[in-house]
Amino acid sequence: MNDELLRLENVSINYKVRGGYLSAVKDVSFHVNRGEIFAVVGESGCGKSTVAHSIMRLLDKNAVVLGSIKYNGTNLMELSNKQITGVRGHDIGMIFQNPLDSLNPVYTTGAQVNEAIRLDGISKLEGWKKVIELYRNVKMPDAEKRVQAYPHEMSGGMRQRVMIAMMLSRNPSLLIADEPTTALDVTIEAQILEIISQLKKEFGTAVMLITHNFGLVAEVADRVAIMYAGELVEQGDVFEIFRAPKHPYTRLLMKALPRGTKQEGRLQTIDGTVPRLMEVQPGCRFANRCPMAKKICYEQDPAIRALSATHTYRCHFAEEEV
Amino acid sequence: MEKMQPVIQIEHLSKHFSIDNGFFTKGKKTVKAVNDFTLNLEKGKILGLVGESGSGKTTLARVILNLTSATEGTVLINGVDMSKCSAAEKKELRKNIAVVFQDPLSNLNPRETVMSSIMRPMVLHGMKRALAREKAREVLESVKMDAHYLNSYPHQLSGGQLQRIAIARALAMNPQIMILDEPTSALDISVQAQILNLLLDLQEQHQLTYMIITHDLNVIRYISDQVAVMYLGQLVEYGETKIMCSNPSHPYSKALMAASPILDPTMRGREKEIMKGDPGSLIHFPSGCSFHPRCRYAEEICMQERPEMERIGENHWARCHLCMQK
Repeated sequence: MNDELLRLENVSINYKVRGGYLSAVKDVSFHVNRGEIFAVVGESGCGKSTVAHSIMRLLDKNAVVLGSIKYNGTNLMELSNKQITGVRGHDIGMIFQNPLDSLNPVYTTGAQVNEAIRLDGISKLEGWKKVIELYRNVKMPDAEKRVQAYPHEMSGGMRQRVMIAMMLSRNPSLLIADEPTTALDVTIEAQILEIISQLKKEFGTAVMLITHNFGLVAEVADRVAIMYAGELVEQGDVFEIFRAPKHPYTRLLMKALPRGTKQEGRLQTIDGTVPRLMEVQPGCRFANRCPMAKKICYEQDPAIRALSATHTYRCHFAEEEV
Repeated sequence: MEKMQPVIQIEHLSKHFSIDNGFFTKGKKTVKAVNDFTLNLEKGKILGLVGESGSGKTTLARVILNLTSATEGTVLINGVDMSKCSAAEKKELRKNIAVVFQDPLSNLNPRETVMSSIMRPMVLHGMKRALAREKAREVLESVKMDAHYLNSYPHQLSGGQLQRIAIARALAMNPQIMILDEPTSALDISVQAQILNLLLDLQEQHQLTYMIITHDLNVIRYISDQVAVMYLGQLVEYGETKIMCSNPSHPYSKALMAASPILDPTMRGREKEIMKGDPGSLIHFPSGCSFHPRCRYAEEICMQERPEMERIGENHWARCHLCMQK
């Protein structure tokens, strides 16, 4: 059952801007298995959303995508516009940070979900029944009444539920969730996370979770990829990475998280800032902030090293040196 | 034992806003943002204020700062009620209390340099410009930023740098109290760590008192000495951080702490109480305890009588009928 659903191979994404190219993503490879939760985590500007959008071909026109993105063996980048529209929603669903941006304010939420259901050619009335069922699936309180509610009559948590219901109606095998709980309170976040975990269990939906919150990763993800300045620096099993992070960036970041109390000492900080990504230069992009950096780090791209079958990192330093 | 006078004394504070729907309904509906809030904050302590959005945290901060007046109750800063002072006295008192907001970009003037933004409060309080310039350099150094940033404009700086500048500006008048409204919510993890460290360093150097408003419980646990939990405008539990984070008493605090993600995948299997529903409305309050519709322990009495704040342990209070029985 644990077979591959999505595979990105050497994906680089450059934005054409005034005065050259901005290298937003550099040589990223990973895969998502059927029925697993794969988290992509990193700080703002690390390229995690850019990667997610490139899978759905939702990037701006000035983006140049290199490499291959295969879904079930089909290269999504070679599909025609019409074909990719068929993939969106039907094969791969996506939800975003702010559900209000994705909902039409002048129609009831139920009507909008029904619109997605009726793509299958079922009658309007049948559709409404399905909507109520979907609302129940996402634990919407008062499902029968809420189908008649407009987006502005709902709270942030309910709107995100509507988005998940809409996505579920097409029954995709992969859900890309781009910061789905960032705008929500922790209590509502816990409810949404429960629904996402349930999707995985009940429908076998694979989830690609894009987030900056390591807490979410620790709570729900099976595997995780950590990105820094457009590079994928480390990926693997969540338990392994939280127990023994290998890449210097991941290790510093894990120590920067406030886990204990101030009595246990100050938090780890990472000096310096993210480099400008205007030119594609060789070398590790973390080198200027890395406490271990040597000459080679600035000159050559580091290779990907495997620690185990389920844990890789991208660094010049071998396992025993780090 | 003689008790030190608290720096902030909040007594039965309420703040209601009336919503003017129209001519006939004017003043009929009120939003009860803060209700009967009582709390003391001692010098040199860090208080963490938590609660869901819309629980009145920011309104409370605004009333403490006297940016808006209280409907009922009093706020004493070092024993003085600011709302009863003359404008000149208020100005003098405001030196003692500084504020840092969540989004630093929106409260720095985009057309002013960092230098003039930091100098402004000092100049407004009548400090000579040359002296203010000197002090601006000094405070920027104390937030660990290089003096060459003084001539930068806000758009040239990163989020972490802007937050440092907001903190530097707050420090310029040598305040005793700082109110920080979501100081790290907009920041990345590595920058958040820098700001939290900085806040702790400054607090130790200057013996500052902080009130930190945030919804990030990991931050609260790390930085604060005491935690106050708000729900629908009311203080529902207050106590030392250690107890509040490990063994809170109020069902709402319990659910809030349980909902907060733990940074350790091996803790995944723990028993979690996931709270149902959304926080209620601040206009139509439920009868009795305002938390009862979401409370899994709610009993008959919770629907009928409003619980009062009661002491349940050493420096530990909760507003719950059932906590008292235990």
